[in-house]
Amino acid sequence: MNRILSKKKLSEDVYQMRVEAPLIASERRPGQFVIVQLDNDYGERIPLTIADADIREGTITLIFQAVGRTTHKLAEREVGDPIASVLGPLGKPTHIERFGTVVCVGGGIGVAPLYPIVKGMKEAGNRLVVIIGARTRPLVILEEEMRAVADELIVCTDDGSYGRKALVTGPLQEVCGRMPKPDLAVAIGPPIMMKFCAETTRPFGVPTVVSLNTIMIDGTGMCGGCRVTVGGKTRFVCVDGPEFDGHQVDFDNMMKRLRAYKSAEDEAHHRCHLEMEMHKRERQGA
Amino acid sequence: MSYVTSEALASESRRILETVLSGGRTLAPKERLAIPPQMMPSQDPVVRRKTMTEVALGYTAEQARLESMRCLQCRNAPCVEGCPVRIDIPGFLKAAGDGDFQKAIQIIKATSLLPAVCGRVCPQEAQCQANCTVGKALKDLGKAVSVGRVERYVADLERETGTAVPPVVKPETGKKVAVIGSGPASITVAADVRREGHKVVMYEAFHKPGGVMVYGIPEFRLPKSIVQTEIDTLKAMGVELHTNFVVGRTRKLKDLLEKDGFDAVFVGTGAGLPKFMGMEGENLVGVFSANEYLTRSNLMRAYDTGRADTPIYASRKVAVLGGGNVAMDAARTAVRLGAEEVRVVYRRTEVEMPARVEEVEHAKEEGVIFHLLQNAKRVLGDEAGRVTGLECLRYELGEPDASGRRRPVEIKGSEFVLDVDTVIVAIGNDSNPLIPSTTDGLKVTKWGNIVVDDTGKTSLDRVYAGGDIVLGAATVILAMGEGRRAAASINTLLGGQGTEGSGA
Repeated sequence: MNRILSKKKLSEDVYQMRVEAPLIASERRPGQFVIVQLDNDYGERIPLTIADADIREGTITLIFQAVGRTTHKLAEREVGDPIASVLGPLGKPTHIERFGTVVCVGGGIGVAPLYPIVKGMKEAGNRLVVIIGARTRPLVILEEEMRAVADELIVCTDDGSYGRKALVTGPLQEVCGRMPKPDLAVAIGPPIMMKFCAETTRPFGVPTVVSLNTIMIDGTGMCGGCRVTVGGKTRFVCVDGPEFDGHQVDFDNMMKRLRAYKSAEDEAHHRCHLEMEMHKRERQGA
Repeated sequence: MSYVTSEALASESRRILETVLSGGRTLAPKERLAIPPQMMPSQDPVVRRKTMTEVALGYTAEQARLESMRCLQCRNAPCVEGCPVRIDIPGFLKAAGDGDFQKAIQIIKATSLLPAVCGRVCPQEAQCQANCTVGKALKDLGKAVSVGRVERYVADLERETGTAVPPVVKPETGKKVAVIGSGPASITVAADVRREGHKVVMYEAFHKPGGVMVYGIPEFRLPKSIVQTEIDTLKAMGVELHTNFVVGRTRKLKDLLEKDGFDAVFVGTGAGLPKFMGMEGENLVGVFSANEYLTRSNLMRAYDTGRADTPIYASRKVAVLGGGNVAMDAARTAVRLGAEEVRVVYRRTEVEMPARVEEVEHAKEEGVIFHLLQNAKRVLGDEAGRVTGLECLRYELGEPDASGRRRPVEIKGSEFVLDVDTVIVAIGNDSNPLIPSTTDGLKVTKWGNIVVDDTGKTSLDRVYAGGDIVLGAATVILAMGEGRRAAASINTLLGGQGTEGSGA
C-alpha cells in the first residue's frame, strides 16, 4: 500500500518521490492533487500536488518542499517505506483545450504541479511559453523536463544566480505585451506570486488560471477549511477548485487564512527539527 | 436538574428495586408510575470539562430494571409508532424489567443494528419517548420511560461481556455489492446484504471507517470503541473495507458497475457539505464550520496536543451558531479544549432547539452560555484577518410559520457585539456533490439530495441510496432505517430472501 519506490532530492528541502498508487495513477488528470497522511492515528492530512503519473507502473510522482512537520517527516522516509494514506485524485482537473498560445508560470515548488498542465496543454495543440522562477539557482526544478515540452522556456532567479535576474512577473509582462497576446495564462506558485501574476495579466486582459493550495482536512468538501473568497463568493478549493480565475481570487484573505495555525506550526516545526537533530545524533552515536 | 453522583444513584436504585421486588407479584400500573424515573449517572461536570471521556456513564443493572418496570406495557404501544425502525419497545422493556437482559438485546437487534449507538445518540424525546403514556400520565414528557438508556444498557452489557453472537452469513451467492461510505446507513446495508451471502465491499474516503460517528460525534458522547466494534463485526462477517477511496474520484460510480463487476451499489455518503451563513467576515481566520472543528478534534485527535500533528485553533472566547446536536458537540468540545467562555447563539428559543434535551442540559452543566432569540449578523476582524468579535441581532417570536413554529423576527436596531476570537458555524449541512457531479443520470433534488423511490432505488438501475445523502442532515436511526430498506431492495434484486420464483 502506497510504498515509496524512488526518492530524489531535487534541491535543498525539495524532494521527488514516486509512490505506488495504481488507481490514482490511472484516474488522475492535470491539475489534481492527493491528500497524504503519514500516520493514521495522529498524523496530519496535507494536500500535495501530483507532478506526474505512470499508469503502466501504477505510480504517481510527488514533489514537495519540507516546510512543515508532515513534509519534514515525509522527507525522512526512504525507498520501500509505506505512506499510510494517499487519497485522490482530488479536485477538478485543469480545463484543457486548444486555446492558442498559453503562458505557464511556475514559481518555486509550484513548477511541479505546473508540469502535467504544460504537458496536457501541449498535447492539446497549444503553443507553450513557460516561465519558471526560483529564489536562487539550486531551487530551480524540472528545467529539463519543461524544456522538452515548451516552445519557449524562460528561467529566472530572484538573485540572478541562474537565468535572468528577475521575478517571474517581469518576463510574464513582456510575454503579455507581445502581439498577438497570449490566449491564456496559468500561474502556480506561492500565493504572493500568483497574486502578482494575476495583477500583471489583468491590464492585458489575459484570462489567468491560478491553482490554490490551502489548508485542508478531508479534501472532499466536508470541512470547509479550504474555503477562499472568489469574486466575492465563498468557494471550496478541494471540490470547486483547486483552479480559479486569478483575477477574482481574494489572495489577501487566502494568505491570512494560510497563517491560521502559524504559531502552532512554528512550535511544531521547531520541535520537529529538534527531533531530527536527536535522530541524527543517535545514528551517529550508534 | 442538579448533579447527583453515580454512587448515590446506584445505592438509591438498589434500595428501591429491593422494595419493588419484595412484593413478589406483578406490579399494578399505579405502582409502576410510582417508581421514580432513573437519572443517568454522569461524570462530575467540573471534572469532565477537562476530559474527552464519555459523560453519560450508563445505568446500573438495578437502574435498568427499575426504569424498564416503569413501562405500562400499553397494548397499542404508541412508543413503537414513534420509532423510525419500529423496535418492539414494550417487548424489550418487559424482558429488561424481568432482568433478562440478553432477551432484551435480542428483541432490539431483530430490528436495530446499532443499539449501543442509538441508545446514546437517538433523539428519543422526539421519537419513542414523545408518545410514552407514562410521560403523559405524569404530565411531564421528561418523565417518560427512558427507552434509550435501557437500550444502551443492554447493548453495552452484551458488548462488554462478549456475549454478542455474530450474525450468520448465508453461503456465498457470487454476487457483489459496493457500499459507498461507512456511516450508519452504509454499515446497515453492508450487514444486511452480507447476511444474504453476497460479497460486500465498503469504500470510505477517510482513513478510518465510521463516518459521522467518528469524525462528527465526539468521544464524550459516543466512544469510538463502540463504532469500532460495529466495524469489527462487519469484518468478521467478511465485509471487505477500503479506506482512502473516494468514489467519484478514485473510481467513478459507473466504473464499479460496468468495469469492476459489482451487481449493485449503495450510496451512503452523508450530508458532508457545511452550510455557512453567507455573512460578512465569515472567511476570517477563526471562523470554522462545526465539521472542521469537530473533525480536527475527533478524527484527527487534535485535542491530544502532545501527540497529534493536526493543530486546532487556540480559542479563548467562542461563539457557536446553531441549536442542534452538532452545535452542542462543538460548544462542549471548545470547553474541553480550554476555552474560557463558550456561547451558543440560536435565533429561536430553547423549546425549538433541535438538540437532544440531555445534550443541552450537559452543555449548561459544563458552563456553556446560551444566547437565545439572537442571531449572528457579521464577524468582525483585525488587520491580520483574525476574528475579534461577532455582531449579533436580537429576535422575538412572531406569527407561526408553515411548520407551526413561531417565526423569529429580528428586532431592528438591536445590534450588539460579542467579544469572541472564534466563531463555529453549526447551522447544518448540504449534500456532498461529489458523487452526483461525477455520475451522469443520477437525479438529485434542488438541494442536492439524491432522489430515491420507496425501495431506496435511485434514478439509475442497480444504484441505491440512503441516509443523509437522501434525507438531508438527519439522525443515525433514520439513516439506519433507510439502509434497511435499501438493503432489502438490493437483496430482492439479487434474488435473495423472499424472491423465490422470481427467476434468475
